[in-house]
This record gives sequence, structure tokens and C-alpha cells, in this order.
Amino acid sequence: MTPRVLINACYFIVALLFILGLKGMSSPVTARRGVIWAGAGMVLATLATFAWPGMGNYALMVIALAVGGGLSWWSGKRVKMTDMPQMVALYNGMGGGAAAAIAAIELARGETHVPVVAALATSGGLIGTISFSGSLVAFAKLQGIMRKTFRLPAQNAVNIILVVLTILSGLGVAAAGHAATHQIVIFFALALVLGVVITMPIGGADMPVARRDLALQCFNGTRRGFRGIRAE
Amino acid sequence: MEGFAALYIFMLAAFTGYEVIARVPVILHTPLMSGSNFVHGVVLVGAMVALGEARTPLEQAIGFIAVLLGAANAAGGYIVTERMLGMFRKDNKQNSK
Repeated sequence: MTPRVLINACYFIVALLFILGLKGMSSPVTARRGVIWAGAGMVLATLATFAWPGMGNYALMVIALAVGGGLSWWSGKRVKMTDMPQMVALYNGMGGGAAAAIAAIELARGETHVPVVAALATSGGLIGTISFSGSLVAFAKLQGIMRKTFRLPAQNAVNIILVVLTILSGLGVAAAGHAATHQIVIFFALALVLGVVITMPIGGADMPVARRDLALQCFNGTRRGFRGIRAE
Repeated sequence: MEGFAALYIFMLAAFTGYEVIARVPVILHTPLMSGSNFVHGVVLVGAMVALGEARTPLEQAIGFIAVLLGAANAAGGYIVTERMLGMFRKDNKQNSK
């Protein structure tokens, strides 16, 4: 049994734990048990991934895990219960940022010769980045840092132009076999601005965190599947 | 695994996700949103592989940030969900915030 098969077997168990965990969280009686199962799945997924063949940079990896995980755990522990919504928004945005960073690496590395991979990387980068900056705005609003709702002059026109520009930029990046660095930077910059502009006018009480979250989860799941395919 | 298998998985996953979450009591809406935000932290795994395979300093920097953010999503997501659910006791006397 090769390491890769073992790791994929672990991932299979992780998926099972996540599904059962989420199911547990949908009923008050089993909810606490559910999140613990999902937590176990997360730990297993992380440990199994360390064994992934052909990797380096382990020191960087451990440091990033420790710093990101540690700071986040600490902040989650001490925050007031009434401040939970903005923390969820913040953590969710970070996850989006992670997905976007992964996409950025794939695009920068020029792995986009296959159309499907290019499409996944570009759309994943787009959604992740919008989620990231949008969630930061959501956090600012919920935390009370941003009190006013900003409306730009001709907000609708600006939104439409921005969306069109971002999509065009994305298509350009995806279509190029190996996009130029400045092209990629412009694309992500546009997406960042778009995320901010979309969430600026919304009042603090209507933060649609969950929708972006779910879309991201689908894309991430699909991407992990494709990573497995490309590695074979 | 070819493209169609991935498509099947995507479709089945979509249905599974929907069915698992569909009939949830209102009291669990917020913890469940937090819980699914936590599970989304599994992007950490993709980030680890991206960093692990990074060769140039730029890739390593972006990869490092990716793992850091992914870990933050996972760790923070878990602890706040766990805290929210910690208010659920067997006697069912909770307020959902």
C-alpha cells in the first residue's frame, strides 16, 4: 500500500467525519458531538497531508500552522459571545483568502494549460478574493469600526463596470497558458476591490457570509479532487 | 479519476450538503453556519500541498500565507462553534446567542 493510497484512505475517512459531523450539528441533541467529530476529521486531514510525497518547506508549514492556528484559537477563546458573528465572518474571509492564495500559486506557476484547471483556478481565485475582502468589510461593520454605509456616486454603474473588468481580466488570465505576473496581480486587485464595493452598501445586520462560504466549499472540494487527479 | 467521476461527486456532495442541513431548527442556524465555516477550513490541506510543492521564494511566501489563513479559518472556526454549542445543555434552556 503506497503512501498515496494510505493518505487518500485517510481523506475518505475525513469526508465521512465531516458529513457525519455536520449531520450531528443539525440536531440540538447531537450538536456538540457533531463538531467534535468534524474537528477530529480536520486533525486527521492535516496529519495525513504531512505525509504527502514530494513536498518540502516543512518548517515554513509548521510555523504557518502554529501562528495562524494559535492566534486564531486564542482570539476565538477570548472574544465575547455577542461578537461571534464578526469572528465567523473574519475566519470565513481568511479561508477565502487561503483558497485565493492557492489559486494565485497555481496561476503564477503556469499550471493552466488544461482548460478545466484554468477555469477552476481562476474562479476559485475570484470567489476566494471577493470573499476575503468582503468578509473584512463585514467584520468592520459588525465590529462597529465602519459605521456608515458608503454609497459611491452612480453605484450601480460602478459595480457593473467593475464586474465586467474583473471577469475580462479573469478570462484573460485563464486563457493564457502561463499568464504574466502583472496580469495576475491586476486580476486579484480587481477582485479585492470588487469584494469591498459589493459589501460596502450593506447594513451590518444583513451579512451574507454563509452563501459565499458554501460556494467556496464546493470549489475547494472540487479542487482537492483535481489535485489528487493531477498528482496521479 | 476522470472528469465525470468528479462531476458525480460534485453533484452528490451538493445534494448531501443540502439534505443534511435542510431541516435544522432555528436555534441551530447560527452554530451551524459557524460549523460549516469551520469545515471550510479544510482548504488548509490544499494550502499545505501548495506550500509543500512551492519552489520559488514568491511561491513559498504566498503558500505560507495560504497555510496561515487556512489554519486560522480552521482553528478559529472550531473554537467559536464549540463555544456556541457549549451553551446547549441537556435541559434545553438556551438562548441562541
